[in-house]
Amino acid sequence: MSKQDQHWEKTRGLLMVTLAIWFVFSIGIFLFGAEMNNVGGPFGYPLTYWFTCQGSLGIFVILIFWFANRQEKIDEEFGFSEREDD
Amino acid sequence: MKGNFIDNLPKVYGIYTGGFLGFIILMAIGEQMGMTSKAIGICFVAFTVAIYALIGWLSRTAQADAYYVAGRQVPTVFNGMATAADWMSGASFVAMAGGIYFKGYGYMALLVGWTGGYVLVATLLAPYLRKFGCYTVPDFIGTRYGGNLTRFLAVVVLTVASFTYVTAQINATGTIASVALDIPFQYAVYVGLVSILLCSMLGGMRGVTWTQVAQYIVLIIAYLLPVFWISNKMGAGFFPHFMLADEVARIGELEQQFGFVKNAAADLKTVPKGLAGITKAHSAVNATPWAFISLALAMMMGTASLPHVMMRYFTTPSVKAARKSVGWSLFFIFLLYSSAPMLATLSKLSLIDPSLPTGIIGKSIAEVQALDWYQNWNAANLMFVSDFNGNGTLELNEFFMGGKAVVLATPEIAGLPYVISGLVAAGGMAAAMSTADGLILAIANAISHDVYYKIIDPKAETAKRLVVARVLLVVIGFAGATIAAMEIQGILGSVIWAFDFAMSGLFFPLVLGVWWKRANKEGAIAGMALGLASGMGYLIWVRNGGSGFLGITQLTFGIFGSAVSLVSMVVVSLITSAPSAATQKMVDNVRVPSGRTII
Repeated sequence: MSKQDQHWEKTRGLLMVTLAIWFVFSIGIFLFGAEMNNVGGPFGYPLTYWFTCQGSLGIFVILIFWFANRQEKIDEEFGFSEREDD
Repeated sequence: MKGNFIDNLPKVYGIYTGGFLGFIILMAIGEQMGMTSKAIGICFVAFTVAIYALIGWLSRTAQADAYYVAGRQVPTVFNGMATAADWMSGASFVAMAGGIYFKGYGYMALLVGWTGGYVLVATLLAPYLRKFGCYTVPDFIGTRYGGNLTRFLAVVVLTVASFTYVTAQINATGTIASVALDIPFQYAVYVGLVSILLCSMLGGMRGVTWTQVAQYIVLIIAYLLPVFWISNKMGAGFFPHFMLADEVARIGELEQQFGFVKNAAADLKTVPKGLAGITKAHSAVNATPWAFISLALAMMMGTASLPHVMMRYFTTPSVKAARKSVGWSLFFIFLLYSSAPMLATLSKLSLIDPSLPTGIIGKSIAEVQALDWYQNWNAANLMFVSDFNGNGTLELNEFFMGGKAVVLATPEIAGLPYVISGLVAAGGMAAAMSTADGLILAIANAISHDVYYKIIDPKAETAKRLVVARVLLVVIGFAGATIAAMEIQGILGSVIWAFDFAMSGLFFPLVLGVWWKRANKEGAIAGMALGLASGMGYLIWVRNGGSGFLGITQLTFGIFGSAVSLVSMVVVSLITSAPSAATQKMVDNVRVPSGRTII
C-alpha cells in the first residue's frame, strides 16, 4: 500500500469517528428526547432542553477543533503537512 | 503595506471595538442629556453603516485574487468572525429568539441543525475545496467533473438557493432602515441595498471579509449586552447561560397554572396578522423525534451546501487553516445561538410572571393597554391584547406578540434605556447586511467567473472580468431589492427553503466529488438536475395542498431532493464510464493537504 493510500485510510477512519460522534449528538439523542427531558442536566436544566440550547452546540465546537488537530497529526505522520504559514 | 495590515489586525479591530463601545457610551450620555430616541436610532444605523462603507472603500482592489478570495491570506480567527457574520442572517438575529419563545423544542431543531452542519463542512468539504484552489463552488464542480454543463448546473443551483435567501436579507435591512431612519419601506429597501453594495463593490471578497469582521463585532455586542443586562436587572443571575434553570422551571409552573386555553376561531380572526400567542410548552419536548431530526438533518446538509459559507474557506492561507477556521466560525456562532434561548426565557418570564413588576398576565386589560411600551409596540403591529372571555383580566391566551418583538421589545419592557434599542437596531442591520453581501457576492462571482469567464469569454483580461463582476453585483442586488420591495414572503420561510434547495442540488455532487473517485460527469449532471427538480417539485406539490410522505414538509423537502440526487448520481455514474486517469489523479491530489493547488 502506498504512502498516500495509508494516509487516506487513516483520514477516512478519522472521518468515521468524527461523524459517529456528530451523529450521536445531532440525531441519536433526539430519538429519546421525551424520555431524556425528565432527567436533570447540567446547571439544572432539563437534559434534552440543555442539549438543544447549549450541549450539542458546544460539543460540535469542541469536536471540530479535536478533528482538526487529529487530522493535522495524520498529515504530519505521512509528511503531507503544509509548511508553517498560518 | 498589505502585510502590515494583516499583522496589525488584532490592533485594528481592537481599536475599532473600543471605538464602538465609546460610541455606545456617548449615545447613553446623549440620551441622559435629552437626545430623542429617533436621533439615537439614526446615529446608530448611520454611524455603523458609514464605517462599513469606509472599510469597503479602503479594501478596493484591481486584482482577481483579492477580488475573488481576498488574496487567500485571511487568518483563521478573523475568517471565523467573518463567516459567523456571513452566516447569521437578519433572521437569526431578529427572529430566532422569537421562534424559540413561541415554538420551543420543535423550533430548536434549527439551532442544532445550523451548528451541526459545520461538522460536515469541516470534515467533508472545506479543507478539500481549499486545497483545490477554486474561486467559486461551481469552479470546483466544473473542474472536478469537467464540461460546461456541470459548471452551468452548479451555477443554477447556487443562484436558486442564494437568491431565495438574499431577498429576505435585503427585506430585513429595509425593515430596520425604515424604522431607524423613519422613511417608507419601499425606499428604505434601496437605502439598505446601497449600504450593502458599498461594502462589496470595490473590494469584492476582500472588502466583504473586513466589513464582515466589523459587522460581527457590532452584532455580537448588540445581542449579548441586552441579554446580560436584562438577566442582571431581573435578578435572574449574572451569567444567564448557566443560571436560568429556576426561571425555566418557573415558566413550566406558570404554564401548568394558566393552562394553554384554545381560542375560538372567531376570536383569533380579530388578532392582527403575524402575531401569535403562547401555545407551546417552553422547555418540554413538544415535537416527535422525526419532526425534530428531519428538520435538523435538512439544515445540517443545507449548511454544508450553501456556497456563500463554503467560499469563505477559500480565503484562508492553507488547508490546515481552513479546518481550524471552521471551528472558530462555529465558536463565534455559538456565542449568539446559545444566548437566543436565554433571551427567550427572560423575555417570556418577564411578561407572564405575575409576581414580577413587568408581568402583565393577571393584570386588568385596561391597565396593560395604558402601558407606554404596550402602546409603542401595539402601534408597530407587534403586540396585541384582547379580552376574549370578558372578565376584564388579561389571560395567557389573550396576549399576542410578533416573533421579532422578543429581540426588539424585551429591552424596553425590562426598562433598559433607549440606547440599547438603538444598539439592537444597529446589530440587526449588521447581521442582515453581512449575509446579504456574502450571498450577492456568491451569485455575482459564480456568474462572472464560471459563466462569463470560463464559458463565454475565456480570454477576457482581469480588468474586464472585474468590471463584469461588479456590474453583475449591482444588477443582482437591484433584482433582489425589487423583489424584496414587493414583500411577498415572510423572512424565515424563504431562509429555510434556501437550505433545502442547496442540499437538493449540491450536497452529494460536492461530497462525492471528493470522497468517491468513481463519481463522473454524467452522474453529477443527473445528481444536480434531478435533485433540484425533485426538491422543487415536492415543494410545489406540498404548497398546493399535496399531502407529502414520510413526514417530509415544505421545510424539509431537501431530504427528498437530496435522496433523489444521491440515488441518481450513483446509478448514472455506475452505468457510464469511469472518470479519466487525469481526473482520478486530481482527486488524489485534493486529498493531500501539502503541495500546490489544483487550479
